[in-house]
Amino acid sequence: MSLTAKDKKMVKAFWAKVSGKAEDIGCDALSRMLVVYPQTKTYFSHWKDLSPGSAPVRKHGGTIMGGISLAVASIDDISAGLLSLSELHAFQLRIDPANFKILSHNILVVLAVLFPNDFNPEAHVAMDKFLAAVGRALSEKYR
Amino acid sequence: MVDWTDAERSAIVGLWGKISVDEIGPQALARVLIVYPWTQRYFGSFGDVSTAAAIMGNPKVAAHGKVVCGALDKAVKNMGNILATYKSLSETHANKLFVDPENFRVLADVLTIVIAAKFGAAFTPEIQATWQKFMKVVVAAMSSRYF
Repeated sequence: MSLTAKDKKMVKAFWAKVSGKAEDIGCDALSRMLVVYPQTKTYFSHWKDLSPGSAPVRKHGGTIMGGISLAVASIDDISAGLLSLSELHAFQLRIDPANFKILSHNILVVLAVLFPNDFNPEAHVAMDKFLAAVGRALSEKYR
Repeated sequence: MVDWTDAERSAIVGLWGKISVDEIGPQALARVLIVYPWTQRYFGSFGDVSTAAAIMGNPKVAAHGKVVCGALDKAVKNMGNILATYKSLSETHANKLFVDPENFRVLADVLTIVIAAKFGAAFTPEIQATWQKFMKVVVAAMSSRYF
């Protein structure tokens, strides 16, 4: 299920529309993930405040969206573009890759919440495929 | 047995009360067919599903979307016994329709996104958690007669 030229065009166009709110998107997606999938809190035991919209959640949401932006810019070779992020996740963070799907779902929910008209079915399928590709790229170095 | 707090019950009933199956059903099914095109395998008799525009304008897709989402009403009205409520629908999907139960998960995810688009920020993280718990129970009940 690799990204077609049409997918890449759609992702770039959609991201151009929404990236101004990247920090809000990241903050909301992470907040939702921590509430809806409480097992994900295990990765953040070092934070004081895991509640929706808290300072560490907002900051980290922004960091994650930076990675997404990098993936958009590297869309013709996401694996190459995310190489060092993959190494980070594989060797230091060691986040179970199943969680990439969980965060992706919550990003899609937030895109629907914030951009109900722009996040139409064609944008949805392109973004779903793109986020799956990002998850695969991040998993590359795990074993 | 699934436990529902009073807050969870009222969240689901409240959310469902604001939803029109006639509006959400067609949107959800169309989105499933567009985002997960292999699901079109079940709809050979529906006519033109070759493009997103064709799917979104297809009256058979819209009508069937209403049927599928309308069946959720049973679960909202019987939250204490969703498993029994969907026993025969599960059997029908397993033995007569031959629908892969993975599709129930797919529809649940898409419905969540369609509802999020409709309610915006009012679809808070807490309400999303309750809705997804409800969807999980419905999916388990619909999958229950497969083995």
